[in-house]
Amino acid sequence: MDLSFSPEDIAFREEVRRFIDENYPEHLKGKLDEGEEWSKEDYLSWHRILGKKGWVAPAWPTEYGGPGWSATQRYIFSEELARADTIPILPFGISMVAPVIYTFGTPEQKARFLPRILSGEDWWCQGYSEPGAGSDLASLRTKAERDGDHYIVNGQKTWTTLAQHADWGFFLVRTDPSVKAQEGISFLLIDMKSPGITVRPIITLGGEHEVNEVWLENVRVPVENRVHEENKGWTCAKFLLAHERTGIAGVARSKRGIEKLRAIAAAELDGDRSLIENPFFKRKIAELEIDLAALEFTELRGLAALAAGKPPGAESSLLKIKGTEIQQRITELTLEAVGHYGAPYFRGLGDSDNEHAIGPDYALRAAPTYFNMRKTSIYGGSNEIQRGIIAKMVLGL
Amino acid sequence: MDFSYTETQTMVRDTLARFLADRYDHETRMKIARGDGWSPDIWKAFAEELGILAAPFSESLGGLGGGAVENMIVMEELGKALVLEPYLSTVVIGGGFARETGRTDLIESIIAGTTTTAFAWAEPKGRFDPANIATAAKKSGGGWALSGHKAVVRDAPFASHLIVTARTSGGQREQAGVSLFLVESGAKGVVRRDYPTVDGGRASEVYFENAEVPGEALLGEADGAFPLVSRIIDEATTALCAEAVGVLRELHRQTQDYAQQRKQFGQPISKFQVLQHRMVDMFMEAEQAASMALMATLKLPDPAAVSMAKAKIGKGLTLSGQEAIQIHGGMGMTDELAVGHYFKRATMIESQFGNTDWHLGRYEALAFGEAA
Repeated sequence: MDLSFSPEDIAFREEVRRFIDENYPEHLKGKLDEGEEWSKEDYLSWHRILGKKGWVAPAWPTEYGGPGWSATQRYIFSEELARADTIPILPFGISMVAPVIYTFGTPEQKARFLPRILSGEDWWCQGYSEPGAGSDLASLRTKAERDGDHYIVNGQKTWTTLAQHADWGFFLVRTDPSVKAQEGISFLLIDMKSPGITVRPIITLGGEHEVNEVWLENVRVPVENRVHEENKGWTCAKFLLAHERTGIAGVARSKRGIEKLRAIAAAELDGDRSLIENPFFKRKIAELEIDLAALEFTELRGLAALAAGKPPGAESSLLKIKGTEIQQRITELTLEAVGHYGAPYFRGLGDSDNEHAIGPDYALRAAPTYFNMRKTSIYGGSNEIQRGIIAKMVLGL
Repeated sequence: MDFSYTETQTMVRDTLARFLADRYDHETRMKIARGDGWSPDIWKAFAEELGILAAPFSESLGGLGGGAVENMIVMEELGKALVLEPYLSTVVIGGGFARETGRTDLIESIIAGTTTTAFAWAEPKGRFDPANIATAAKKSGGGWALSGHKAVVRDAPFASHLIVTARTSGGQREQAGVSLFLVESGAKGVVRRDYPTVDGGRASEVYFENAEVPGEALLGEADGAFPLVSRIIDEATTALCAEAVGVLRELHRQTQDYAQQRKQFGQPISKFQVLQHRMVDMFMEAEQAASMALMATLKLPDPAAVSMAKAKIGKGLTLSGQEAIQIHGGMGMTDELAVGHYFKRATMIESQFGNTDWHLGRYEALAFGEAA
């Protein structure tokens, strides 16, 4: 048993760290902290830099352009990205639809879509949830009916993240209403510029436009854009859920979040001392750090098992539940730390050249981020659903 | 023992509830929030149609002969409708200071709806301690000159007057040496930067740049205003607790309604025991909050009771706010549904006039024998 990484892994870490240092775009640094939003071009610029280096798709097999890293290297890579607080590589193309395509797709589909995902040419979104099908995803109603060599798709999807930028979407649609819910679903790749698609923004609690409603009215989708067999879409969906769990715990991002929280608590005054010297507040951060250590070592145990060739199990639900609880707690304590300056709403500040600043910069987003992060225990299979999975799959209840 | 409302109190509550149901639905509230952050028409209706701006004042001053209980009743209803108008800042706080300092002129104009006040007590480096004051007032001719920076002054953008704590002597965190001033918002040397707050209201950073105010601007005693400040903050905190009761009741009600309508896995999600128990917890938080708001109100001016109530209710606000969003699922995350706005207000109440930790600490200091 050995806690330390191998010399090769340590050298790898150094290499990654140096690359980020030398190549992360200057104009993206600290952008969010200054009250700005990530633009489509911001996401793409970092995507392209990593793509050129061959690092944008760590989990892909080498034949499609993956770097051929071990699970440990992938872990180190995601840790280093988080440590440097980089703009995230969006998962929808790289780590969601692509593995489905290279696992279940035809040679033509692989040749057509994978290079464009890798290069960032195509922006993908996920058409899963519907107004009536959230936690109970299999009850989805968007239907696709065959018309010669096309499907005609009708229905409504919701919570579609960043669909406003999307070129393509992967959709779960009902192709056979006569069988058991899970058995009548197909997995379609749909060009978001197709006639009949309408994307409408949903504004969320922090004032963000991240998610959308996607309406499909008589959208014609070539049958060649179906991945896997007709009515086998649920297999793709389940595969996707089990596949992309690396980094689901968000340990490295949370470490970074706690570092920032500590810095804020050190800067905030509480009487004649800093807030971090307040024993009650310090204890809350301490508890959070302990929870994070427990999460990190749970993830590392899984990583070690994976490296030893054991298949991943339902423990990913544990990582999701605890990971999101910790992420939420960080934002809660950050809001608590900034005191009165959690109240001003930065989106309404108008002219930023005003000589009178409103509170410290780090307080600007504290409340909207706290509100926004409530989503993490809802999306990707709510934490109630995840506990259900553990009860059923792990405990056998 | 009798916790029942008098006929007048019941009437105030019912009339206000009906008015808000008719004239202050969620859509109207959001229009006001996205507009100026308050509606002078609603305020006028509070003064003239409902008379609630007179609720806590004695009859000899034109009031309804009420007090803290009336504030509690009004604030709970305002909380249920997420009312943005400055009852707390003006009637509870401005009216409270006016009552304690014998400023009947001020009370009359508050009742008439012509004076609105905002309370400038917090400072950028003072956290929740009202004695942590760097803003200074110096004698200047027959009056005073104020210099300093007050943080997140709620309702200041539309207040006719600011009530300002300033130091006339003593060290930065000393209770002695604090004085209180009533300053016209438009006075020379008073510079405001106004902004919206995350819960739909308005606030300002207020900078006093050698602002000259006349001698009669002083409220209460020079150097000796801290006990008064502390007392009125306790009254305000108590009223805020009552607002929280209204917010908590709505968080519970809206969540339960939603869970009973929302079907997944072939049944309303309210049938899942894991959600039932959490809605029961939300219900219990609202009930305990109502008990604590009542206790603090009836025990005023007991500071320990106020801090007990605020600490207890603060925890309930966090729990219920988070559960309301979680049980609503994605819908709870939208700006469109009312519940998210109740969650935001709940979050802000938690830290207003001292968060849960601050009040726990204050209660400990009072109950375990240290000086607060």
